[in-house]
Amino acid sequence: MKISDSQDIKKFLIHQVLHNPKDELSNDELKIISYISKERVSKPMIYVGTTTCGIAAGADKTYEAIKTYIKESQLDIDLIKGGCVGYCKAEPLVDIQLPGKARISFQHVTHDKAAELLDEVLNNNIPDDQVLAQYYNDIHQLWEDVPYWHEMPFFAHQKKLLTVNCGITNPVSVEEYIARGGYKAFTQTITQYTPEEVCQIIEDSQLAGRGGGAYIAGKKWSIALNTINDQKYFVCNAVESDPGSYMNRVMMESDPHRIIESLLIASYATGSTKAFIFTRNEFSVALQRLHAALEQAEAYGIIGHNIFDSGVNIHITIKAGARAFVCGEETALNNSIEGKRAMPVSKPPYPAKKGLWNKPTVVNNLETLINVPLILKNGPQWFKQTGHNNSFGTKLFTLSGKINNYGTIEVEMGTSFRDIIEKIGEGMKGGAEFKAIILGINSGSYVTPKALDTTVDFESLKKIGSQLGSGACVVVDSSSCMLDLARFFTNFFKNESCGKCIPCREGTALMLEIINAATQKPAKDNSFQTLERFKGIMQLKSMAKVMKDTSLCSLGKSAPNAILNTLANFKSEFDSHVFERKCPAGVCRDLRTYTIDVDLCTGCTACFKKCPVDAIIGTARQPHFIVQDKCIACNACFEACKFNAVIVE
Amino acid sequence: MDDQLLSIFEQFPNKQRDDLIPLLHKIQEEYGYLSEELIIETGKYLDISVNKIYGVATFYDNFRFGPKGKYHIRLCHGTACHVSGSGNILSELEKQLHIRNGETDKNGVFSLEVVSCIGACGLAPLIEINDEYYTQLTSDSLQKIIQQYRENHSNIYEN
Repeated sequence: MKISDSQDIKKFLIHQVLHNPKDELSNDELKIISYISKERVSKPMIYVGTTTCGIAAGADKTYEAIKTYIKESQLDIDLIKGGCVGYCKAEPLVDIQLPGKARISFQHVTHDKAAELLDEVLNNNIPDDQVLAQYYNDIHQLWEDVPYWHEMPFFAHQKKLLTVNCGITNPVSVEEYIARGGYKAFTQTITQYTPEEVCQIIEDSQLAGRGGGAYIAGKKWSIALNTINDQKYFVCNAVESDPGSYMNRVMMESDPHRIIESLLIASYATGSTKAFIFTRNEFSVALQRLHAALEQAEAYGIIGHNIFDSGVNIHITIKAGARAFVCGEETALNNSIEGKRAMPVSKPPYPAKKGLWNKPTVVNNLETLINVPLILKNGPQWFKQTGHNNSFGTKLFTLSGKINNYGTIEVEMGTSFRDIIEKIGEGMKGGAEFKAIILGINSGSYVTPKALDTTVDFESLKKIGSQLGSGACVVVDSSSCMLDLARFFTNFFKNESCGKCIPCREGTALMLEIINAATQKPAKDNSFQTLERFKGIMQLKSMAKVMKDTSLCSLGKSAPNAILNTLANFKSEFDSHVFERKCPAGVCRDLRTYTIDVDLCTGCTACFKKCPVDAIIGTARQPHFIVQDKCIACNACFEACKFNAVIVE
Repeated sequence: MDDQLLSIFEQFPNKQRDDLIPLLHKIQEEYGYLSEELIIETGKYLDISVNKIYGVATFYDNFRFGPKGKYHIRLCHGTACHVSGSGNILSELEKQLHIRNGETDKNGVFSLEVVSCIGACGLAPLIEINDEYYTQLTSDSLQKIIQQYRENHSNIYEN
């Protein structure tokens, strides 16, 4: 068998890999596959992780520097713009694979360091300060004294099922994806199973929606399949507008073919001929890679009319939304696709019966969907082996905040939050005291130090009054004020409320007013204002109940969670804000008081000149004084003072 | 109607309602913002009333109705950025540039946009100025960056 050009590769992959009825391949075939999948390389390969997080750290410039280096040195090297392995801390990340040697990764390769690094590595030397880890593989010669990726704490406690290709393969190479086992599940599905059987398999696997509702995906699919209509749609929800989570974006940028394959299987199972990937216009890298991947899949005949002569027609369209948090709600999302304002409509009828253009439409979260090829390939029982407490599979998180290791992680359901913080995250930044994990704005729930042993699954989180949320996992330490965070969330909901239903529109604004009264200084601090402040806090709970009971969609229903959870878990902070008018973390600027230490003040008049409201009095070479009634706590005097004489409390 | 707009319209031959948002995105990409004339032309082309187009365009945060500054600053204000102090960065920016979120300064040099998440939470707090990222900011480093852009601008102006 001879493989010389891309046409041969295409033929080989379609006939020998995708449509091969026997499971076992010959050694020759396996060897060819290993070259296509880049497990073995015939010439050096350099792989630069260029996803949005990497680009922010300077990966694009590194890529250009390496490109210039290759051009100038006239070497025959494969240079690839790759995905993200999840270890954001080490970016820009560059992987180098020399023929016959294990693939090795280097961290913090900024553009000025690229040429020097390549000089060393291409001569078989590895600079100690930049080397991060190597990939273990028994077909290659390993580097000496270089740690293995899978043994690093950040990865050792993860379970990678969905993100296996991320940061490893070329995201826009359909060849690599197929050579690594991709699209096989889809070809088997359309040749071996009926749509009813696929729905049954997914239902048997108990795959639950990762978007928040945890609805069993297979049930939704069955409803759509059993609704008789000439046109059905399938939508992959990849809006991901929760600030602080970007796993979906990483998936789109690192492994777009997996998303396409999942969507194809789901469309087949529900009888949809048209599918949409709905994402955000700002995700320019993700959009570019999704479009490129779609084109490749079309060229391979995997998408389109009469796929592989099976009579199945599926077309996929990518839709870029225009940023609105409420787009994450399925009915609002459908409206947005139709070109209308993204406003939710009341359910029922559920979209599975009457959705896009009044046709049956299934909307699934991206993360839910990408489990589908694995389940079909390995069976529902295999899927149920991973997980805990009736929550199966893995969960992606974006770990960030005041923690040592941050990035995108994938953990098995049932992993405790303590393990995530201490083992994967390797503890708090600077050894600070752990205060809470914020599980995304859309759930507004916290994991407190007391509940740190809670495991990642739907039931355990319900017990502590939390939800799995969007997958954001922001760790905060004692330098953060929980009321300030609650105010931040409420402000976010107030801005993002679509304005259709009254409880959400008015409720979020009122809640913000109440929390502002607690965290800010009123214009006139008289007894009436104090009374209003107390009254607001007293009414919070009943107002939250009204919002939860009567809001149209989950945005309004979850808007009060942040404040309620703060009230339940951090009551002492509420008390000190409301009664003592002090912010223990010193974040709420309005509640700070500024005084001048008479002994330290030299009377240099620096603060006097900077004060925007003339609250500082005093003459030159004499200690100054701050008039508290006038002070707006703008921090200008503190920044201006060179003698540390301004005291902030 | 100019040729540029015509060539954008040609990319949407079906003239369907669901073409509206992608079409507005394309127009904004080319022209920088959605002016009144452009919206009227879009309405004529798609046969949708101008009111409805404004209704849709103002609903979403992506669309702008005034020109951007020469240096468009996007400040990330996601949860991780907030925890790392992007609130202070925002007030510092407002103080330095004398503009608020969504505004462009008088000379058209700087414009400011607060976005909910750029997706580089590990590098928080961060801003993006014309596709250039500045990460792990402090008040001091921010001042220097703004100063540099000011100098760049006045140098170009003088030459």
